[in-house]
Amino acid sequence: DASLAEVNSFSPSMPISPSSMINQYKFEDEPELGDLFITVDDPESHITAIETFITYRVVTKTSRGEFDSSEYEVRRRYQDFLWLKSKLEEAHPTLIIPPLPEKFIMKGMVERFSDEFIETRRKALHKFLNRIADHPTLTFNEDFKIFLTAQAWELSSHKKQGPGLLSRMGQTVRAVTSSVRGGVKNRPEIFTEMNHYMETFSQKINVLDKIAHRIYKEEREYFNEMKEYGPIYTLWSASEEDIADSLKGVASCIDKCCKATEKWMAGLSENLLPILHEYVLYSEILMGVLKRRDQIQGELDSKVDALANKKTEKDMFSEEIGKLEDKVECANNALKADWDRWKQNMQCDMRSAFTNVAENNLHYYEECLATWESFLASQTVDLHVEEDSEDRP
Amino acid sequence: LLSSRAVEPQSEGQCAPVDSLWRRYSEFELLRNYLSVTYPHIVVPPLPEKRADFVWHKLSADNMDPDFVERRRIGLENFLLRVASHPVLCQDKIFYSFLTQEGGWKEMVNETGFQIKADSRLKALNATFRVKNPDKRFTELKHYSDELQSVISHLLRVRARVADRLYGVYKVHGNYGRVFSEWSAIEKEMGDGLQSAGHHMDVYAASIDDILEEEEHYADQLKEYLFYAEALRAVCRKHELMQYDLEMAAQDLTSKKQQCEELATGTVRTFSLKGMTSKLFGQETPEQREAKVKVLEEQIQEGEEQLKSKNLEGRDFVKSAWADIERFKEQKNHDLKEALISYAVMQISMCKKGIQVWTNAKECFSKM
Repeated sequence: DASLAEVNSFSPSMPISPSSMINQYKFEDEPELGDLFITVDDPESHITAIETFITYRVVTKTSRGEFDSSEYEVRRRYQDFLWLKSKLEEAHPTLIIPPLPEKFIMKGMVERFSDEFIETRRKALHKFLNRIADHPTLTFNEDFKIFLTAQAWELSSHKKQGPGLLSRMGQTVRAVTSSVRGGVKNRPEIFTEMNHYMETFSQKINVLDKIAHRIYKEEREYFNEMKEYGPIYTLWSASEEDIADSLKGVASCIDKCCKATEKWMAGLSENLLPILHEYVLYSEILMGVLKRRDQIQGELDSKVDALANKKTEKDMFSEEIGKLEDKVECANNALKADWDRWKQNMQCDMRSAFTNVAENNLHYYEECLATWESFLASQTVDLHVEEDSEDRP
Repeated sequence: LLSSRAVEPQSEGQCAPVDSLWRRYSEFELLRNYLSVTYPHIVVPPLPEKRADFVWHKLSADNMDPDFVERRRIGLENFLLRVASHPVLCQDKIFYSFLTQEGGWKEMVNETGFQIKADSRLKALNATFRVKNPDKRFTELKHYSDELQSVISHLLRVRARVADRLYGVYKVHGNYGRVFSEWSAIEKEMGDGLQSAGHHMDVYAASIDDILEEEEHYADQLKEYLFYAEALRAVCRKHELMQYDLEMAAQDLTSKKQQCEELATGTVRTFSLKGMTSKLFGQETPEQREAKVKVLEEQIQEGEEQLKSKNLEGRDFVKSAWADIERFKEQKNHDLKEALISYAVMQISMCKKGIQVWTNAKECFSKM
C-alpha cells in the first residue's frame, strides 16, 4: 500500500511497524523545528509565447543536517505550490495541510495580475510554506525539501516521477467506492464532535470574513469623504479674518484624522483580513480531512462487511482487514493529534489577530484625540489671552 | 404650509401679561418679513429651515419627524432670543405683541401696511441693475455673503456624507457581537473572551447614535449662519437699490436742468424728439416756451429737494447699516469660534469613548 510507505518519508531506514508509527503521532518528543527559515518575495513576471505567469523567490535558510547546504534560493510559480500541496495531501491524507491562496478571485474587483493581488498572494504563499515548516511531520516531507531546494529543471523532472496518473486514479476510485458507504456508522464519537464543531466554525468564520470585509469597505468610504471635508474649512478660512486660524486648525485636525484612517484601514487589511481568509480556507480543508478519514474508515467497514458474507477466503481477508485496521488507527491518531495542534494554533492566531485589531483601533483613536486636544488647547489659550487683555486697564 | 407650535418664553425685561402662548411657523415667518421690511438696514436673524435639508440618510427627512420638529422648535426659540437681544429690534412693538398678544396679532401686523413695502422689496431684491458708483465696502460684503453661503452649504453637504459613512463603520461592528456570541458556544477556552468582546462591540455600535445626534447641533449652528448670509446679502442689496435710486434721481435732475437751459437760451445741445418735431413743424411760441421753462423749474426744485433727502437717507442708511454689520460680524466671529470649539469637544468625546471600548475589547481578546 503506497500511502503507508510515503507516510514515513523522512527515515526510510527505520522499521515500518504499525506500533512505532502510531507512537510517532503522539508528538511526545517534538523535534527542534526552529531551524528552518523560509521567505517568499520578489514576484517577477515571465512572458512566454503561450502564457504570462508570475514566479516568486523562495529563500530557505537552515541548519538541518539532511540539507546539503545552509541556504537555498529558488524561483517557484503558483503551479509548483499546487503540486506541493497535492503531494502532501497524498502522503498525509488525515493531516491538516495548510491552505493555499485561491487561484483566482472572481467576486472581488482585483485583476489577475494587479499589484494588490500579487502581494496578497505572496503573503499567503509565505504563510503556507512557514506553516508547513512549523508542522512536526510535514516539515520533514521529502517533496517539501525538494520544493525548497531543487532548481527549476530538477523540480520538473521530479514532478514527472512518482506514483503518476494511474495510481492517483486508483486512489480516486477507491475514494469514490468507499464514499458510497461513507464510514459514518462506525465513526468514533470524537470525530462526530469534530464534524459538528467544523460545521459551526465554518459558518461563523465565513460570516466573520464578510463582516471584516464590510468594515474595511465602510472605512474606505469614510476615508474618501473625509478627504473632501478638511479642505472646505481651509477654503472657508480664506474669506475670514478673525476666525481664519480656528478654521485652519479644524481643517488640519480633519486631515490628520484622515491620515490616521488610512493606517486604520491598513491595519485591517494587513492583519485581520488575511487571517480570517486563511481560516475560511482552513475550514474547507478540515471538512475535507474529516471526509478522507471517513473514507479510510469506510474501506475497512466495507471489507469487514464483505468478510461477514464470504466465509471461504477468511484468512486472506483477515490479513487485509488487519492492515486496514492499522491504517484506520494511524489515520485517526494522526488526525486527533493534528486537530489538537490546529485548535491551539487557531486560538493563538485569533487571539493575536483580534488583539492586534483592538490595538490598531486604539492607536487610531489616540492619534485623533491628541490632534483635537491640541487644537482645543490652542483655541482656549487664545480666549484666555483675549480675556486677560480685556481685564487690563 | 407647515406649522409647528412653539411655546414662547417670557418676554425679556417687561412684565408680560401672558406667560406663554402658541404660535405657528407661518406667524414666525410673518414676523420676520415684517422686521426685514421695517428695518432694511438691520441684519435680521434668520428662521430655522422649514424643511429638513442636508440630512444624512439615517436622519429622517420627514418634516413630521419628532427629532426634526424638536430641532426646529429650538431654532425658533433661538430666533426669538436673537431678536430680543438685538439693540434695535427688541424695541419693536409688533415683536413685543408677538410675545404677549394671543389674538389679533396678525391683523395688527397687516395694519402697519408693511405688505406693500414687502412686495416692492421682493421685486427689488431680485431685479438686476447696474450701479455706477458702488460702495466698495458693500460690494465686498456682498461677495463675502455669497462666499459664506456657498462654503457653508458645501460644508454641510459633505459633513452629512461623512456622518453617513461613520455610521456605517460603527454599525457593521455590531454584527461582530452576534457572531462572537454564536461562535463562543462551540469554544471551550475562547468562549468567555469572545462573548465579552462581543458585548463591547455592541456598545461600540450603539454609541454612534448619540455621537451623531450631538453633531446635529453643530450642523444647526452652521445652518443659522448659512441663513444669516442671506440676511446680510439683503442689506447689501437694499443699499445697492438706494444707490441706484439716488443715481437715477441725480441723472434725471441733470437732464431736466439741461433741458431748461436749452429752452432758455434756444440752443439745442441734446437731441430730443420734441426738438426735432418743432424743427419740422415749426418753432414754439415764446409763451409756450416760457410755460415749459416754468414747469421744468418747479420740477428741478422738487428734484433737488428729493435728491437732498435721498442723499441724507442714504448716508443714514450706510451709517446705521454699517453699525449693525459690525455688531453682526462680532457676533458671527464669536458664535462660529464657539461652534468650532464645541465641534472639537465632540470629536474628543467620541475618541475617548472609542478608546474605552477598544481597551475593554483588547482585554477580552487577549484573554481568549
